[in-house]
Amino acid sequence: MSAVVAEHDDHHDHGPAKGLLRWVITTNHKDIGTLYLLFALAMFFVGGSMAMVIRAELFEPGMQFVNPQFFNSMTTMHALVMVFGAVMPAFVGLANWMIPMMIGSPDMALPRMNNMSFWLLVAGVLLLASTLFMEGGAPASGWTLYPPLVLQTGKALPFAIFSVHLLGISSILGGINIIATIFNMRAPGMTLMKMPMFVWTWLITAFLLIAIMPVFAGAVTMLLTDKFFHTSFFDAAGGGDPVLYQHIFWFFGHPEVYVMILPTFGVASTIIPVFARKPLFGYSSMVYATAAIAFLSFIVWAHHMFTVGMPIAGELYFMYATMLIAIPTGVKIFNWTATMWKGSMTFETPMLFSIAFVVLFTMGGFTGLMMAVAPADFQYHDTYFIVAHFHYTLVPASVFILMAAGYFWLPKWTGHMYDERIGQLHFWLSVVSVNILFFPQHFLGLAGMPRRIPDYAVQFADWNMISSIGGFIFGASQLLFLYIVINTIKGGTGEKVTGEVWEDAAKHSLEWTLPSPPPYHSFTTPPTVIPTEHM
Amino acid sequence: MKKTKQLFAGLILMALGLGTAQAEYTLNLMKGATKVSHDIYDLHMLILWICVFIGIGVFGTMFYSIYHHRKSRGHKAAQFHENTTVEIIWTIIPTLILIGMAIPATKAMMELDDVQESEMSIKVTGHQWKWEYEYLDNGIHFFSSLDEASNKARQVGSGIDPFTVENYLLEVDKPLVIPTKKKIRFVFTAKDVIHSWWVPDLGWKKDANPGFINESWTSVDVPGTYRGQCTELCGKDHGFMPIVVIAMNEPEYNAWVEKQKSAVAAEAGSASKQWAKEELIAKGKSVYETNCSSCHMADGAGLAGTFPAIKASKVVTGDINAQVKLMLDGKGMMPAFGKMLSPVDFAAVVTFTRNGLGNAVGDSIQPSAVQALQSATPGAGKNE
Repeated sequence: MSAVVAEHDDHHDHGPAKGLLRWVITTNHKDIGTLYLLFALAMFFVGGSMAMVIRAELFEPGMQFVNPQFFNSMTTMHALVMVFGAVMPAFVGLANWMIPMMIGSPDMALPRMNNMSFWLLVAGVLLLASTLFMEGGAPASGWTLYPPLVLQTGKALPFAIFSVHLLGISSILGGINIIATIFNMRAPGMTLMKMPMFVWTWLITAFLLIAIMPVFAGAVTMLLTDKFFHTSFFDAAGGGDPVLYQHIFWFFGHPEVYVMILPTFGVASTIIPVFARKPLFGYSSMVYATAAIAFLSFIVWAHHMFTVGMPIAGELYFMYATMLIAIPTGVKIFNWTATMWKGSMTFETPMLFSIAFVVLFTMGGFTGLMMAVAPADFQYHDTYFIVAHFHYTLVPASVFILMAAGYFWLPKWTGHMYDERIGQLHFWLSVVSVNILFFPQHFLGLAGMPRRIPDYAVQFADWNMISSIGGFIFGASQLLFLYIVINTIKGGTGEKVTGEVWEDAAKHSLEWTLPSPPPYHSFTTPPTVIPTEHM
Repeated sequence: MKKTKQLFAGLILMALGLGTAQAEYTLNLMKGATKVSHDIYDLHMLILWICVFIGIGVFGTMFYSIYHHRKSRGHKAAQFHENTTVEIIWTIIPTLILIGMAIPATKAMMELDDVQESEMSIKVTGHQWKWEYEYLDNGIHFFSSLDEASNKARQVGSGIDPFTVENYLLEVDKPLVIPTKKKIRFVFTAKDVIHSWWVPDLGWKKDANPGFINESWTSVDVPGTYRGQCTELCGKDHGFMPIVVIAMNEPEYNAWVEKQKSAVAAEAGSASKQWAKEELIAKGKSVYETNCSSCHMADGAGLAGTFPAIKASKVVTGDINAQVKLMLDGKGMMPAFGKMLSPVDFAAVVTFTRNGLGNAVGDSIQPSAVQALQSATPGAGKNE
């Protein structure tokens, strides 16, 4: 041990580089984490503005602002930007910041590759955004990019495909780095079954990413050759099948949605015990449930395709397999409830967002269960019911938990406390408006309104207007979050925070044993005491 | 969290209030007009109530805990963190519930899938952006597109209030007519991209995939008009290709069939007559608005990079026969209109494009000439 300490003493100059170049060439996990988080926040507002365009057009029946083609580009780009530009990078940013600190290591295992992952992401998203200005407009075939429709895209098609390749490479490199870090950099005594849940969920997510991103890259490459090199993978005239694309896409796409929700589970399992002042209930069943959900995600893809014309055996198999997901997901929700049960709860902003997550994610889970039932899905499929469903699992689930994580760890990252009053105002505005925004969409879908339409029959007018109003309030409320982030970085309330920040947090996880803000290289010597409160 | 609960209560109350105020409101799935749609409705209600029941249990426990087990009430945290019995119970009970749901779901699925012993068949083909219906038993065949009133009102900045248009976006020029109390088999395919045919009252939707055939069936009990829409994103005008199904009692249906047959004969007669140029231009304008304007735009300006302009187009201002041939056979995204338009409509729209939309070529073409070109091109422009 003394040798390590002595060596450390010789390297006092290992601080951040000076000036703006620091952020370009950095290999430090915290700097890269910050870049990821800020980039994700910026993209959250870009994707959010597209959602505002959509809700403005849908505010009343009739076409008021945009033409139908541009509307389709907006729904497509909103999804792609939010999925690949906002939610995924935000979780990678959290992983970068938190995993080394949670497992007691100085940095990520592969720091240079870490830098490359981030800049490839930026290149990929910018390339994607540039298609908005191309002849024929941005892709307008939905984020699923189904052929033959996607092949009608104008000049943007090859650029969108190349952007998907870049994003895929970025995610795979990020996944490799996370796995390498978790397997090699844990402090002595940090066995796998002592790792915090956030680390566990990211370990599983990283494997999902490595497994699925090549599949998506393959699918879009087949689109590319179909369009430009006269293959006919997806063209019946040449012996192909357009439905084949859907199978490949959803083999990627279903695990992909779990890439966005598993780390969410991890953060919720981290925050709830701290504010309930109780250990997480059922740690090992949480780990197994996460693994079970990840496994199931690979064998249920065709539930996105019940109406595509599958043989009855296929329909039934995918229905049964999909229903199974309810079991491990139920275990998680029961575990969070049991963690709160007989706790000693306080309700700071991170806890409020986490509780809202449990409740509203469960709502999304219920509609998910309804849609798992194939014959009923013959009615729900491709209506606003599904739009409501996946927005419930993404916005008041993934996005709320990202907000919770922001409030939870900002004091740790910056050493400053955020303004609790504004945080709570942000929470209440968000939780009310998100329900005004998405709850009526259930009614619209059941009443027969298809998704991805720029205009609708007049019987859908009132709920659309209510939904749009909710959307505008929700969108505007997020500016409060932006304000809080900037304000906290600049000094926040001026209150000095301790290393622990939250009461007894150090009992739960290692990052709270470091000072706030933590040193540039988190743990230069491995910690000797491993917290086990979360187990 | 109490506020969230209140919000839900508020939303539900608001929903009920509005529901009584305006009968048009639907909050729930429609029961529909067939046995299958009733079964699906029952299934939907069963799962909905199961979800509501579980939700009350889980959220109730959580809110009890949030109220009672808080630090501000002086509650001390217990330190338990596992309980094998409880964990086994809350794994097994959901499993049993799922099995209970799977049984009726499987039954409904089997029923939906069984297209055997149908009494008639209708082929449905999706096009960008209209539906083609072909009665396989009696040869009736037509296209069905968004009606003119909706189409005018839905243009950006049309200035027409959609509330003044009857059945806005849910009305077509030629509805699909079916007899009641007969098992009708539908076969689905598409010409260009994937579409999906959905009439909620029938209880299902089915994708129409280019190059492949899908099947489904229905048997409507009650005469009536049932409306639906395309539900698979199929490009720019995906939101504007509605479906209208009129179910009629057998005698009325038979009368409708006879009327269609005599209309076909009349159509053939008008194709052989000599038309004046002005007549063709006038007719062509409305044909253009229904069939061409969604891509080439109402003023013929097209859409840069995707859809060529008609105005000053080399094709339209060039040889008339070459233009007809291109339109008969289609090219790239442009469908083969020989299959969609009658010779009269075809000749009318050709004449219109050459003498309207800023073009002034001055010539015209007779329906009979179109027919002659059509038969000179083997395979193209004829209905299979």
